[in-house]
Amino acid sequence: MPDLPIILAGVINGLLAGGIYVLVAVGLTLIYGVLHIINFAHGSLLMLAMYAVFFLFKPPVGIDPYLALPIVTGGAFIFGYLVYRWLIGRFNHGRDENILLITLGLSIVIDNAALMFFTGDIQTIDVPYAGRMVELGAAFLPVPKIISFFAALLLCGALGLYMARSDTGKAIRALAKERQGARLVGIDVDKLFAVSYGIGIACLGAAACLLMPTFYVSPTSGHAFVLIAFTTVVLGGMGSFAGAAVGGFIIGITESLGGLLLGEQLGQIGISLIFILILLLRPSGLFGGKG
Amino acid sequence: MLSKRKFTVSRRDFVAGSTAASVLGFPAILGAQPAAIKVGFIHPVTGFVAYNGQQGRLGAQMAVEDVNKAGGIRSMGGARLEALLGDSQSKVEVGVSEVEKMNEAGVAAYIGCFQSPVGIAASQAAAKYNTPFLIDVGASDLIVNRGLKNVFRLKPGFGVCVDQGISALGAMNNATGGNAKSAVIVHESGEFGTGTARLLAGKLPSIGFEVKEVIKHDNPTRNFDNVALRIRSLAPDVVMMSNYGNEYTLLARTLHQQKVNLAGMYSVLGGGFNYRFVKELPDVAENMMDTNHWFNPKSAKAQALKRRVEAGGALFTFEVYLAYATTMLLADSLQRAGSSAKDKLTEALASSTYDTEILPYGPTKFVNGQNQGSRASVMQARKGDIVVIAPEDVANARPVFPKPKYT
Repeated sequence: MPDLPIILAGVINGLLAGGIYVLVAVGLTLIYGVLHIINFAHGSLLMLAMYAVFFLFKPPVGIDPYLALPIVTGGAFIFGYLVYRWLIGRFNHGRDENILLITLGLSIVIDNAALMFFTGDIQTIDVPYAGRMVELGAAFLPVPKIISFFAALLLCGALGLYMARSDTGKAIRALAKERQGARLVGIDVDKLFAVSYGIGIACLGAAACLLMPTFYVSPTSGHAFVLIAFTTVVLGGMGSFAGAAVGGFIIGITESLGGLLLGEQLGQIGISLIFILILLLRPSGLFGGKG
Repeated sequence: MLSKRKFTVSRRDFVAGSTAASVLGFPAILGAQPAAIKVGFIHPVTGFVAYNGQQGRLGAQMAVEDVNKAGGIRSMGGARLEALLGDSQSKVEVGVSEVEKMNEAGVAAYIGCFQSPVGIAASQAAAKYNTPFLIDVGASDLIVNRGLKNVFRLKPGFGVCVDQGISALGAMNNATGGNAKSAVIVHESGEFGTGTARLLAGKLPSIGFEVKEVIKHDNPTRNFDNVALRIRSLAPDVVMMSNYGNEYTLLARTLHQQKVNLAGMYSVLGGGFNYRFVKELPDVAENMMDTNHWFNPKSAKAQALKRRVEAGGALFTFEVYLAYATTMLLADSLQRAGSSAKDKLTEALASSTYDTEILPYGPTKFVNGQNQGSRASVMQARKGDIVVIAPEDVANARPVFPKPKYT
């Protein structure tokens, strides 16, 4: 059994990891909540965004990943918007199973295109502040992870405010609750679907910028976060922002403590155990509506 | 007045003429085209070890190109090698199905598979047809310990690599006063990492090292913060890693970012220790050591191949030159067998004395399918480059051990 300071350090590490999980999961839950799409291309799109950060960092462009955040996030929004407009919206014919197949197909195409163009090689970026640390008890916290944690919280908060206060946000929420009613009161439903999908993918763009200083990118790297994101969304309640936020932190801390107490491999069991418990006690997730 | 005679060719004349021309005029060309020899290359060019598979495929294709450019297999009338390229998708069952498909296509031999579990299953499947299976990369010693007559491995397995790695670490430590006394082993949870870690844990005490903990992780692992935390609390002198590229890079980076002070980071078959890693993350990689397959830096042929690979924009990683050398071994055996018949080819492989030159092995000598002359090298990252520090006859630098501490 590790000492208390080590356990506390594990909790802090879990919180920092959870910040990124939240950001990835918020995009997924938004897409599900509004469009009722299980976005199977989520991991592949995250990987694409990570490559965008990588290429923007490399010469001759040379943009720091944090400075690239507005560019990648904006680019991801446009990409997501167009994917919905030209692909998902056009070919789903109003059937959810079609959407599943389209996003699954998109994921396969993106993964293999990445393999063809970028090869399977592992790419990393070396930022000058990568080795800076903050000592907090037994924990040595890398500065990029602290930045990514607070930036993820800030972005989630900003997105929450946008959804609560802006006209577009209100319209998106109305659309999520009552699709037919929204159409009747004059909301451009197709456009809002595309905007929602775009925002979901923009979250991945932001996550990619925050991840790259400490992570790597390869054609399979996005998938490392997909299962976690799906677990977070189901744990928090499908379509719930608050659920995704709380779920992300629960998963981060559980994974971290599980790794410390049970070993890195067996530690993943903790996530599944909590997941099963929540489904038994609250089948709709922590913040999900009834039914 | 000149009479004009119309020149016409009847169908009968044409057929007769064509037949005569083909018999009299082109016998040399027709006779110089023996059937191509099909070779099945199975690599994971998609999936989580896709990069390694693509590199292996590159080396194999270069070797096939070189053999064919040099006139093919001369003892078989200049027969060309024809590469059938298979993708195991980093999955055992897909690797096996590639064996079956290629058997239908009539391959004379297989080469693959990078991952040990795929190599074990695929070579077992090939054994049903008595087709020779050459392992280009695949560390598990189970590959050659099953008594299969069709399996040949040019490179060393993890048993030999661990022995050499342990002995080089012991020698290096003794040369600097023997101050390092403990180690933590971090390994991936598959056959390759688990098998290597088990051997390491068993042999480290023989050089006076206490194994403080063996930490196992999955593929993929997103975060090594807690592993770094655990390592810091255990305060070992050396961390030994045995994992694939993604996790190798992430773990090395995390330990560097968290400034975990160690006398050395020493991997055996470290999947991520390559030119890309040391060039892109020179601070992280500085003074890291790896016992692994390596080309002979003193071989002009190896240096020429390295330049050729790099000129094409690729890295000269071990997958490239091991696949290249293994394909050349097959070509040499085909040349000596004078036939692609499976029994003759198997016999030629078993009695092979081929010297790859590009690898520091010497002539091959197969015992139960394992090349006895194969050996690993110990490398160290220095200022964005890789130097060889052991064995002494191929080393081009002295080791830096213990490495400087973080301030």
